[in-house]
Amino acid sequence: MTDSPQPSNPLPAPGSQGPDIAFKWAAAFAAATIIALIILVGWELYAGSRLALAKFGASFLWSTEWDPVTDKYGALPFIFGTLVSSLLALLIAVPLGVATALFLTELAPQKLRQPIVMAIEMLAAVPSVIFGLWGIFVLIPWLRDHLFVWLKHYLGFLPLFQGPIYGVSMLAAGITVAIMILPIITSISREILRSVPNLQREAAYALGATRWEVLKIAVLSYARRGLFGAAILGLGRALGETMAVTMVIGNRPQIAASLFAPGYTLASVIANEFTEATTDLYLNSLFELGLVLLAVTILVNVAAQIMLKSMTGGSPIKVN
Amino acid sequence: MLPTKFMRFALLGALVASAAASASAQMLINGAGATFPQQIYTKWFDEYQKIDPSVRFNYQGIGSGGGQKQILAETVDFGASDGPMSDENLAKAPRTLWHLPTVAGAVVVSYNLEGSPAINLDGPTLAAIFLGTVNKWNDPMIVALNPDAKLPAADIVVVHRSDGSGTSFIFTDYLSNVSPDWKSKVGKGTSVSWPVGLGGKGNAGVAGQVKQTPGAIGYVELAYAHQNKLPFASMKNAKGVFMAPTLDSVTAALAAATIPEDFRFSMVNSPGETAYPISGTTWLLVYAEQKDHARGEKLVQFLRWAYSDGEKLAAGLDYAPLPDAVVKRALDRVQAIKY
Repeated sequence: MTDSPQPSNPLPAPGSQGPDIAFKWAAAFAAATIIALIILVGWELYAGSRLALAKFGASFLWSTEWDPVTDKYGALPFIFGTLVSSLLALLIAVPLGVATALFLTELAPQKLRQPIVMAIEMLAAVPSVIFGLWGIFVLIPWLRDHLFVWLKHYLGFLPLFQGPIYGVSMLAAGITVAIMILPIITSISREILRSVPNLQREAAYALGATRWEVLKIAVLSYARRGLFGAAILGLGRALGETMAVTMVIGNRPQIAASLFAPGYTLASVIANEFTEATTDLYLNSLFELGLVLLAVTILVNVAAQIMLKSMTGGSPIKVN
Repeated sequence: MLPTKFMRFALLGALVASAAASASAQMLINGAGATFPQQIYTKWFDEYQKIDPSVRFNYQGIGSGGGQKQILAETVDFGASDGPMSDENLAKAPRTLWHLPTVAGAVVVSYNLEGSPAINLDGPTLAAIFLGTVNKWNDPMIVALNPDAKLPAADIVVVHRSDGSGTSFIFTDYLSNVSPDWKSKVGKGTSVSWPVGLGGKGNAGVAGQVKQTPGAIGYVELAYAHQNKLPFASMKNAKGVFMAPTLDSVTAALAAATIPEDFRFSMVNSPGETAYPISGTTWLLVYAEQKDHARGEKLVQFLRWAYSDGEKLAAGLDYAPLPDAVVKRALDRVQAIKY
């Protein structure tokens, strides 16, 4: 028995708390890093935008002027563009993503599931700038010559679909971003739907429910909170999307009722103008736009959490 | 296990560090700034490496704003800018900071009309189009300049750069020069508050939108227009002659421009007979007194080479070389750099 090999990595003596404590602190440190990062980003943005904060005060938020020549800056058209393009993207991507996830978990034949999942994951791997180029050269000509003309013809009585059609527009940006956030919404929704216990479905079937009723009663209502969480994650991506948006939105700081009109987003204007900003106030104002974007993102998320709470009665988002 | 693994890692790190140290026996001179001249600067540094292998230049095209900031903070050996520095920014320099013009470029007005007819434009008409006061292709102002062209009754869709750029600076500088209306309502800058139109990112973004949109008009860099065979308008110059944008007409514009002692000049609407009016130059920003003797010496040697042999490489990359008289003045300035 003397030559039996020693285990190379002996377990700690029973009762030793060392590894437990070390792990606890390591995990706490990792969590603290994230909080510290957000605070640091916020602080740096604040420090970088002091001049603009002092000069414009709160009026920065509702001023619609953005004129580097006369050094007058306001954020409202960019806030508007960011919110509207992201909302459009969600309106398109959430139904599509959830429906795809439902198809994949509940309806599709086994053979089809894996290929479709792979196709969706490939979509997530396409770089933003490629979506932008595809938007300019493929999507926009098609939108301009077909979809937008159709919308204007049949829905032109709504202010949303009036005015000249250029192709590049708020709606084009919404559609492009929708395609970009589709993978994340679909994959998370799929995981959530998969985690719905089979017992739920079986119980519904046992009550004599049809397939659609099973989906409605047993699956969707059970997964509602998680699906909402998937939409919020998609929204987070949509708010910060930069390259593809700037290539298709038309980059015009204006607030227009029509979805055919060009717009501008916070992330896009920072990316566009940062490199050539020469005066201090200009640079500070661009920093302040970053601060506003951070605040908008946080506010939208908080609002979503509150909505979720009122919807589900206090329990946190269930992602798994 | 862990300690030995860590030691191997540390050893590897040390090796990498020593390799980097031996490579840095070669002097590294850093520059940053404008993106418009990046192609020619990169070419210069490549060629110069063959002449003097003991020095390597590193240039970051981070934009004129960044270039000005970094040279003011002295984090780079030279800066580069597509627009001259403002008095306000120049006053922040710790020592005398010189502008050295290197090459010139032009901004081309491109458009999308059926059959791509050749069209002529003048300053006031172009300003009116970009102000939105002329918004149909068959507007009397445009027809008067193009009596023979077939112009449709279509809407004009204006396309401009959305990103801050030297191209926009030259273009708005020109419009401010020829149109009092433009000057008072919009002004000049690398980014301005455009009265009308759509924004495209980069030359490619503008050209893409012009190509895609019937009735569109936009402006791009000369080099980009040449390489992509875009249709372009001939512009009426200060002498009343319609000139097509070519390297020769840009150099001619520079030759006729009034250039002040500090080289901070604008050459738009130049009075030359064969000058293309929407032209501009780009600058290197260099301190008159170099802090580090060895680096200063290398930098001056390079600049001397750039103004003699380097200028000859410009035309091949669609940049207009400086006329001889300007080169001579710039070289005098280079000789005066103390190190």
